Amino acid sequence: MTALLTIIIVLFVAVALWQMVKIFDLAQVGTSNSQIADDEDNKINGYLMIGFLIFIYLITILSFWYLGDLPLMSNAASEHGVEVDNLMVISMVIIFIVQISTQFVLHFFAYKYRGEKGKKALFYADNTTLEFIWTVIPVIVLAGLIIYGLFTWNDIMTIDEDEDPMVIELYAQQFSWKARYSGADNVLGKANVRLIDIDRANILGVDESDPNAVDDVIVTELHLPVDKPVVFKMRSQDVLHSAYMPHFRAQMNCVPGMVTQFSFTPTVTTEDMRQNEDMVEKVKNINELRLERKDEIEEAGQELVYEFDYLLLCNKICGKSHYNMQMKIIVETQEEFDAWMKEQKTFPNSLN
Amino acid sequence: MSATIDTHGHEEDHDVHHHKETFITKYIFSLDHKMIAKQYLITGTFMGIIGILMSIMFRMQIAWPEEPNVLFEALLGKWAPDGVMDADIYLALVTIHGTIMVFFVLTAGLSGTFSNLLIPLQIGARDMASGFLNMLSFWIFFASCMIMLFSLFVEAGPAAAGWTIYPPLSALPTASGGSGLGMTLWLVSMAIFIAQSLIGSLNYIVTVINLRTKGMSMTRLPLTIWALFVTAIIGVVSFPVLLSAALLLIMDRSFGTSFFLSDIFIQGEVLHYQGGSPVLFEHLFWFLGHPEVYIVILPAMGLVSEIMASNSRKPIFGYRAMIASILAIAFLSTIVWGHHMFISGMNPFLGSVFTFTTLLIAIPSAVKAFNWITTIWKGNLQMNPAMLFSIGFVSTFITGGLTGIILGDSALDINVHDTYFVIAHFHLVMGISALYGMFAGIYHWYPKMYGRMMNKNLGYLHFWITAVCAYGVFFPMHFIGMAGLPRRYYTNSNFPLFDDLTNANVVITIFAIIGGIAQIIYLYNFFASMFYGKKAEQNPWKSTTLEWTTPVEAIHGNWPGAIPQVYRWSYDYSKPGHDVDFVPQNVPLKEGEEELQH
Repeated sequence: MTALLTIIIVLFVAVALWQMVKIFDLAQVGTSNSQIADDEDNKINGYLMIGFLIFIYLITILSFWYLGDLPLMSNAASEHGVEVDNLMVISMVIIFIVQISTQFVLHFFAYKYRGEKGKKALFYADNTTLEFIWTVIPVIVLAGLIIYGLFTWNDIMTIDEDEDPMVIELYAQQFSWKARYSGADNVLGKANVRLIDIDRANILGVDESDPNAVDDVIVTELHLPVDKPVVFKMRSQDVLHSAYMPHFRAQMNCVPGMVTQFSFTPTVTTEDMRQNEDMVEKVKNINELRLERKDEIEEAGQELVYEFDYLLLCNKICGKSHYNMQMKIIVETQEEFDAWMKEQKTFPNSLN
Repeated sequence: MSATIDTHGHEEDHDVHHHKETFITKYIFSLDHKMIAKQYLITGTFMGIIGILMSIMFRMQIAWPEEPNVLFEALLGKWAPDGVMDADIYLALVTIHGTIMVFFVLTAGLSGTFSNLLIPLQIGARDMASGFLNMLSFWIFFASCMIMLFSLFVEAGPAAAGWTIYPPLSALPTASGGSGLGMTLWLVSMAIFIAQSLIGSLNYIVTVINLRTKGMSMTRLPLTIWALFVTAIIGVVSFPVLLSAALLLIMDRSFGTSFFLSDIFIQGEVLHYQGGSPVLFEHLFWFLGHPEVYIVILPAMGLVSEIMASNSRKPIFGYRAMIASILAIAFLSTIVWGHHMFISGMNPFLGSVFTFTTLLIAIPSAVKAFNWITTIWKGNLQMNPAMLFSIGFVSTFITGGLTGIILGDSALDINVHDTYFVIAHFHLVMGISALYGMFAGIYHWYPKMYGRMMNKNLGYLHFWITAVCAYGVFFPMHFIGMAGLPRRYYTNSNFPLFDDLTNANVVITIFAIIGGIAQIIYLYNFFASMFYGKKAEQNPWKSTTLEWTTPVEAIHGNWPGAIPQVYRWSYDYSKPGHDVDFVPQNVPLKEGEEELQH
């Protein structure tokens, strides 16, 4: 019944709006009998174009003011992240300059050359020099960006085995993450979904007969020693997921049936990041906002006070609870990491 | 010229026979391209209303997560218990919104409408090469729409795997409720849609190649025709690949094959699939998916080029460069699909190649943008609603296009892939821009379609509200994306990290609601003008192209007498040596007048 009433009300509102538009329409009868723009229209809309230009600038400034605190463009927590941020800033500056100037030219021309009766437009159909200029300038700028981008990309995607990176498996399933450390041998035991045995708690399908699996450690919270290169081997057991670690500028899809990989070196411990000036500011701001929504948050069973932590998010639509598929990442010193690792059960010990 | 032309004035080469038309042959199973264009437009408009309504609903959920809402309760029924939107239906709304807007509105609604309307009229043909195929393509499109709408009402919910329907999520009913019957209907609907697109495109290509009137060489064609022609070619090249992807997915779903699936453990059991790869599907999907965005944007570019020239009373600047850039974009569009897959697990070297080809597309795009700006320079701009939408198009195309430089760069894409940054980028550059192109086309060619004028003041109101809301919605989204918020999240309340974005999300949703409601102004204007609009003159905008030489009353065969011959290109606006500021294409060159050799 409520549903029906709501639909009726929505329909009434729509009809009312329709009628208002109609009144607006009818009210103009006699004021102008042409539906083609006249000088007055050209003038008004010309001025509005300038107004709109100001609006575009304003919304840019406001966005920077309120949302410009971008943890994804500064304070990268990984080695390659700094390079990514540099490239991002350079690209952004170029975009910003082009955006501001072309929007200005466009809207200013729309204002300046608004039509007037009796005026004649300039017959100007072609100019090879001009077109050459604005083909070559983008070519040069883009060539620079492409070269810089490709070097960065190569750098990120090439895994340097000489650095002896720590091998960790990231395992995705609807709707949670697991991590498997390869242990002292730094080799992951073989695994396949066909070996999954829920009754024995072999949830990742690790091959029990593989000697490399003996020292593997499976956890639900990702700990990383600072300044130590890590290579993640990603697997998924059901659908596509994407392991997104924004603070480390890292992301790779987890694809059922294949192993994907991504490597980086974390450079800032969780503790240090919490002390970071920008982060302190951001967290303070978030906590003020959370205080305003106190009841709501407590009702949802969350902790009221937010403390910064690195996160691994799922960033590929994976079903109903996609929005809540996350894992905490803790970057710590080698000693802290070793101490934590010691407390974890190895794979054979974790089986029932 | 007089608006009343004797419609029975047969001439020898007039091959159209007048026979009595019934309601059914005139309005339903019409073979006339102008009527078919209107059918596409009205169907597209109807689908568009549904698509926009869906977006308003999921925007409300994002702004006010999990709050009861009477609107949800009314429209979503069992999917919104106590008025709280369910997470499954949220994903379904996002999915169907994308599908409807990309395919049904901006592909069929945009190029279906204007290819049908303008190709015969602007090249000087009596109708499409095959009127029957043309009618067939519309009715297949209509069937496809009906199946898509029907899928909204199935028990387990409509498709909910995103409009990209990546398997295994889309392949396994156990993975998502929407992957059951809802997905089957989605796939069937799309397969049928592709069939209509192919039939339509082939017809457009054949018509442009064969039926141009005397004197209408390829380099005298209006840019609209160039754009629609090239769009049809891209469609023919890439749509069949999506058809194969859809068919293989149907096989995997229904017949147990393993094209896209391998090693899956779900709901406590191992499935038999072995050896397939979801990455293969991504390749097949984006082989269409990327050209698709150019299928959407190129017609809009064509319409805008034509409207800008006509309303600036100036020739389009760099006609040849405009054609060259359309061709360059079309060619490049087929070799950049991998930029959607930088982090899909494909070989990183392939990523490098796609970064290179993708960033190249910025060059022809930049040339086009600069040429449009130069076109209005020193013009005599007639600020008709169509012109406003054209200027708006260039504005959003620049804003949205620029961020492509970031997304196309594989090193940067790692971090903003699938965040709101992407949403902001493609909505501005192809969503809003293409919609603007479509609106511009409708305001401009309405007199040709219905013989009446739309109300300009309502048009102004419509444009300015829409323009402000479009920026209000999509501009802040760049920043939300750069803060790391992934797309397709039902709510981000589980991530305190994103709490400082809540207010921005509310503002965006308010803009979206206002912008959505403002479309009522347009709808009123569109439908009311059919009956109450001022009667149009034959050539209200004083344009040079051939469609304005036909009588106001749309007749079968377009011209009552002989088809006009063409003597010049279509952009002789304000040409020195003429008294009027436009010289239609069918006016012979004066003695000693030089045709601008283009």
